[in-house]
Amino acid sequence: MTAVEDAPVDLRSTTVAGDRPERARPSRRRVAVKTPTERLVTLGCALNSFLLVWLVAARLTSGMGWLAFGLVWYATFLAFTYLTAREQDGPVAASDRLAATIIGSATAALVVPFAWLIGYIVVRGAPALRFGFFLHDQAGVRPDDPATAGGGAHAIVGSLEQVSLALLVSLPLGLLTAVFLNETRSRWRRPVRILIDAMSGLPSIIAGLFIYAILIIAFGHEGELFGYDGFMASLALSITMLPTITRTVEVVLRLIPGGLRESALALGSSRARMVWSVVLPTARTGVTTSVVLGIARAVGETAPLLFTSFGLNYMNANPFSFPQESLPLFVFRNVQKPSQASIDRGFTGAFVLLLVVLSLFALARLVGRDRTGSRRRSARRRSAATSKETP
Amino acid sequence: MTTIDAAPTGRATPERRAVEDPPTRVDRIFGFATSGAGVVVFGLLVLIGTFLVLRANRTFDSQGLDFFTRVEWRTEAGRPAEIGVLGLLAGTVIVALIAVTIAVPVGCMAALYITTYAHARLRGILTSFVDLLAAVPSLLYGIWGFLFLGNQIVPLSRWLNRHGSWFPPFRTTPEAQLTGSFFIAGVVVSLMVIPIITAVTREVFAQAPAGEKEAALALGGSQWGMVRRVVLPFGRGGIVGGAMLGLGRALGETIAVTLLLSQTPKLSMRILENGGGTISGFVAQRAGSDPVTVSGLMAAGLVLFVLTLLTNLVASTVIARSRSGAGVDA
Repeated sequence: MTAVEDAPVDLRSTTVAGDRPERARPSRRRVAVKTPTERLVTLGCALNSFLLVWLVAARLTSGMGWLAFGLVWYATFLAFTYLTAREQDGPVAASDRLAATIIGSATAALVVPFAWLIGYIVVRGAPALRFGFFLHDQAGVRPDDPATAGGGAHAIVGSLEQVSLALLVSLPLGLLTAVFLNETRSRWRRPVRILIDAMSGLPSIIAGLFIYAILIIAFGHEGELFGYDGFMASLALSITMLPTITRTVEVVLRLIPGGLRESALALGSSRARMVWSVVLPTARTGVTTSVVLGIARAVGETAPLLFTSFGLNYMNANPFSFPQESLPLFVFRNVQKPSQASIDRGFTGAFVLLLVVLSLFALARLVGRDRTGSRRRSARRRSAATSKETP
Repeated sequence: MTTIDAAPTGRATPERRAVEDPPTRVDRIFGFATSGAGVVVFGLLVLIGTFLVLRANRTFDSQGLDFFTRVEWRTEAGRPAEIGVLGLLAGTVIVALIAVTIAVPVGCMAALYITTYAHARLRGILTSFVDLLAAVPSLLYGIWGFLFLGNQIVPLSRWLNRHGSWFPPFRTTPEAQLTGSFFIAGVVVSLMVIPIITAVTREVFAQAPAGEKEAALALGGSQWGMVRRVVLPFGRGGIVGGAMLGLGRALGETIAVTLLLSQTPKLSMRILENGGGTISGFVAQRAGSDPVTVSGLMAAGLVLFVLTLLTNLVASTVIARSRSGAGVDA
């Protein structure tokens, strides 16, 4: 870098060199960024392979569908990319380019279906969404009435009640379990942690089946507390929520510096006082995040409801007797009906459900970010990721 | 609480006194409550297993071991019920395997992109995007697959059948219907499994030692060389664990499968053909039927419960080991 004198004079340095001869600084190279040539080569490969596959597909085979076409195109594109890179830069660079291309497109495979799903539900669900959806139920609505007739108020009320009741059960239990896992010295921490992990992978329909087996078969009579009703559904939902809440809170508790705990103990507080006055207030945002994530998980669960709250076409605001509707059940039952209007109604419900889940998720992000410094933020992000890995 | 004897005793060396910390009453309540929560979690799983066994007893009594070897599921009025789980179990495993086969490569590569290829800002966005994906209810994937994606996959199935029939699973009986197949269900389920696998493997890849990564690059390795020689060997345990975790989720996936498959049990490797069912899907479809069927559903649910529990236990053990830094030979 310093031996600029011998090097051919940089154009830039000569133009600037009025009074102060500046050292010719080599322009900064960004190694990771593709050069225009590389971009062009990639584009060419894509175009070439597209045309080739299109020609072959159109001429030699018939009716392969766009998915198969896309797959063949992708494979050909990869082959072209590898071969051109090998021709230009040799085998090592070629396999590097190939790997980068494949890995990049895997990320596209993550994003594209999601965007498509969102788009599909918005396009199918949004047109029939009226304000009345939040005010009316499906009483007296015939299957072939237009999709805007009636509404989903009964489902929304049911969802609200069931999820809140489930939260009442699973939040204290989840908090206590997380405290048990992180703040006590019990020998049983390891097995319980493993069981919580296992529970988070428990199929949600098993939770519904369990509530059905233990309560509804044994004590259930129609219209009573242990018959099909919203409360049974909320018990099943609380089983599915419990691991989510426990794991999220536990990860946050683990991030609390040990010094805080030790100073509380050194001041003479008991363990219970330490947890109550130091640990839990410090973890407040984490607990809030866990609650929101737990709600987001529970509000979309359908399978456990089939055995517990059963579904209903009109408003039943009492969760403790008689079947009750909820948003997922509303969607699930309407989408399976043969009439187009019913399917559209189902999609309207799905659109509302999607909005609820997305805004809950955004809320969790917002809460998790507020009131914490940037140092903790990355930790929290990791915590959200860990809670997700075994939801 | 220990009390401090405040009386000054002059020069005399203080007596050694045993430091005791007897728990206060609040402490005892605290210990009781927290261990109670642990016990509840423990007891809940035991209770689930016990009650499924209890309710399934009727089926086990009437069917005996045939329950595990019979493919069909017939409960018609006037004839003794013939209930078998084998066909449903096979369907469950096949759908889950298809889903994991698709989801593991895609998920791992997306995780690689997030950890080693993406810029810092993109990395943050993609990480929370993966979390968001995992939060989307499976019902939404289910109705999308049911009303849209399923039909789009049919031509692909036909194409695979026409050109790939040297591969036994791609064979079909002539003139077979290609809608509502294991393959379609597996593809839709894979979309739900990908975020989970991505999240797990991303976390493990992110812990790959930076020094070794830089050393690989400094020795002149390409980025792919660095990934292949450092990141992938390091993250092997995470990949295995993530795959198992995804498998557990795919085994229990209910709503999408209920919508997509006809839920008629069959034992067949022909994944492109119409028909077949999975345990969870079948159970969901038969909700609220007669006591004989319900008892059979409990038995099937028990099989699913044991299967997913084992898968998840293995997965969490593998992941826990790979997190603690110990290598996993798998």
